[in-house]
This record gives sequence, C-alpha cells and structure tokens, in this order.
Amino acid sequence: MQKTYYDPSDLRKFGKITEWNEELGNKFFEYYGKVFEEGALTAREKSLIALAVAHTEQCPYCIDAYTKDGLQRGVTKEEMMEAIHVGAAIKSGATLVHGVQMMNKVNKLDG
Amino acid sequence: MATKSLKKRESDLANSNRQLQILSNGIFQNGELPTFKDKIAETNQFPLKAKKLEILQINVGYMCNQVCEHCHVDAGPDRKEIMTRETMQQCLEVIKNTGAHTLDLTGGAPEMNPDFRWFVEEAAKAGIKDFIVRSNLTIIRANKKYYDLPEFFKKHNVHVVSSMPHWTRGKTDKQRGDGVFDKSIKALQELNAVGYGMPDSDLRLDLVYNPSGAFLPGDQMAMEKDFKKGLMEDFSIQFHNLFAITNLPISRFLDYLIASENYEDYMYALVEAYNPAAVENVMCTNTLSISWDGYLFDCDFNQMLGLPVNSKAKHISEYNEELLEGRNIVISQHCYGCTAGAGSSCQGVVA
Repeated sequence: MQKTYYDPSDLRKFGKITEWNEELGNKFFEYYGKVFEEGALTAREKSLIALAVAHTEQCPYCIDAYTKDGLQRGVTKEEMMEAIHVGAAIKSGATLVHGVQMMNKVNKLDG
Repeated sequence: MATKSLKKRESDLANSNRQLQILSNGIFQNGELPTFKDKIAETNQFPLKAKKLEILQINVGYMCNQVCEHCHVDAGPDRKEIMTRETMQQCLEVIKNTGAHTLDLTGGAPEMNPDFRWFVEEAAKAGIKDFIVRSNLTIIRANKKYYDLPEFFKKHNVHVVSSMPHWTRGKTDKQRGDGVFDKSIKALQELNAVGYGMPDSDLRLDLVYNPSGAFLPGDQMAMEKDFKKGLMEDFSIQFHNLFAITNLPISRFLDYLIASENYEDYMYALVEAYNPAAVENVMCTNTLSISWDGYLFDCDFNQMLGLPVNSKAKHISEYNEELLEGRNIVISQHCYGCTAGAGSSCQGVVA
C-alpha cells in the first residue's frame, strides 16, 4: 500500500485521467494546451505565471513541472524566485486586506 | 566543476562499453521504456538508413582548453588524441572528391591541433560550400597565439559555430567553468568587430545552446529571440542563428545524470518527447563523422561510444561514398536524444 499522498512519478501518469472520463479529460487537456500556447503573452511569460500559481496552490507536481519548464525556456533562478515572491505577495496581501473587514467589524461592535 | 576528463580520472564511465551497458540495462531491459530500435520499428523506420552524404564532420582531436560539465567528447587539456597531418592528408583527398556540401571541423578545441591552420588553408581550397569550424570561443582569448583567429577565420570564409549556454554569466560559468562567460563575450565582440554575425554579413556566426542540466532544450526560435535580446542589450553582440541541441546521455553528461540521480527521469523525458518526424531527418542519415585517427562513424556520439560504421569502408583510407550510402545506422538508446521534440542535430532542430 502506498504510504505517501504524493509520488513524483505520478506526474507522468497525469494523462491517464482521461481513461476514466475520456470526454472531459480530453477537453481539459485540449484547453490546457491551448492556454499555454504563445499568444498575447509569450509562452515564457505564461510559464512564470504558472510557476507562481503552482506555489500559491502548493501543488508539488506543478512546481516540479514548471521549474523544469522554466529551465527549458532559459528562465533564470533569479526570475523564478521573483515570480514566486509575486505569488507570495498576493497571497499575504489577500490575508492582510481582510484585516480591513476585521477592523470594520470591531468598529461596528465596539466602536 | 570538473577539471579532469573521465579518462584522466580513470572513471568507469570513460569506458564506452560500460556506457553502452548502462544504456541497455535497467529501465530499457525490464521493458519499462521501449528500446530505440523498438520505438522506431513502431513507425516502420527500422533499420535507419544513411541517405546521400551532405555533411562531413571531422574531429581533429579531443584536446580542449575547457572541461565542460556535459561534454560528450570527454574533452579537456589532458586528452592527447590529436589528428596527425598524415590523416589530414587522407581527409583532404576525400574533401576534394566528396559530394558533401558541408565540411564541419570539431574537437576538443580544433584550434589546438598544431596542424589546424594548415588543414583549414588546404581544405578551404577544395571549395566546399559551407565550411564550419566549431570554436568554443574562449580559445580565441586563451593565448596570444590564438588572438588572430577571427581574422584567420575571415580570410578563409569559415562559418563559425560556437557554444554559448546562456546569455547570463551564472548559467554559462556553471556549465563551462569560471570565467568562460567573460571570455566568450570578448571573443564574440571580436568576431563581430571583423564582421562575423552582423546582419546581412556573409561571415556566418551561429551559436549553439545546450541545456546546463537534466532538462531538454526549449523552442529554438524562442530561445534565439531571448539570446539575441540578452546579448544585444547587455553587450551589443550580434549573431545569426541559434542551434538548440539536446544533451545526449553519454560520457560526462551520463556521468552527471547518474551522479545527480536524474538518469531515469531524463530518459523518460527523452522517450516521452520522441517525435517520429525527427527520425526522418536525424543527422546520421546525411552526415559522416571521422575520428582523430581516421575511423568512420555515423555521428560524433557513436564515435565517442566506439560504435563504428556498419560498412566495409571503416577508415578514411578506405573511403567510398557509394559504399557508405544506404548503410544501416548503428543505434542505441542514446539516439533518443536526437529524436526528442523538434529533434536535435549539430545544425539544430530537424523537425
């Protein structure tokens, strides 16, 4: 029996999700592939966005995948770290901006 | 950063038979991944056959001023295998009579062969359409006696193809050694100064990019754009084209893959990226590789693995273009390196 929730080699099996629902699986991968094509944003820019989101989502598969993808595109480690700080800043900002809600509530209840 | 070749370190992997064993054992033996032979057989591309010869690639010696992390030649200052003038004479006979349109000199650092200049002068007279010298750039700055190489290349209308792993210092020096980036930049500026790589210039200057680690190269066009932008903005350097080349799992790169526990993942990545269209144009079908001691191989990689051509003519002294055409190419699992994604050859992508 598997003793861990995450196995790095499972990433290679991602495509197998279509086996249990071909239609939706295929639609997803088609969409996914299209999203990452060169468009108004370059594929390189999209790769960095994906890396940042991979971190905020804390998805280990995505982190592996988009770190490697970035290296393949010649993205430097400095660019990668800056990108995940953007993700982290939004994540912490999203927490802290709720502080205003807390302040509103305090002011209403105990003002 | 390595400072000695695998051979000098007496590494197990300096033995090409050991490398071939590794490439046939494990995940390929237990059927986890298909062998290259089985894979190309799926699309009826086995046996792979040589077409008309277009490119003659001559390795004039394994000596090099650098000891790059990934080198498939296991080249370095400690390698003494050098082509003699006698073998060069035999090559010249072939060059004069070949139907090939491209002559491609490689090494090691080809410029370190004591007869390099003589050979270039003689070969240039043969009037081959495209005469390539693969220069590692730093050699131009390594010693005063090499300072005039840009002028020398220009005089003989040599097409310069040079390795440049990245447009930033960090990634370049990691792969090729400390100080390599700065020297390479200086050498590129000197090549630009004599006219190499300038837009519309006939003096061709192309760069070769290969990844600095256990990952495949990205899209060649996109990488070229990034390289051009980076080198222009920071150093006002211009060049013509970028060739993105996949690292093949042999020699020092294989050693690195095993030591860093990336071997299996890398082979998976190569097999997953397998592209039958790349097999159509893989370089061994139009190239012949000649070793420093005059033996014939399907490619530079087979040369390093000690896999000779499957032909009666095995040495430059027995060279026969008709006999070599149509020969079966010798393959193993390293060949997946040339068929991944858009494919890979010494001239960049093939599909």
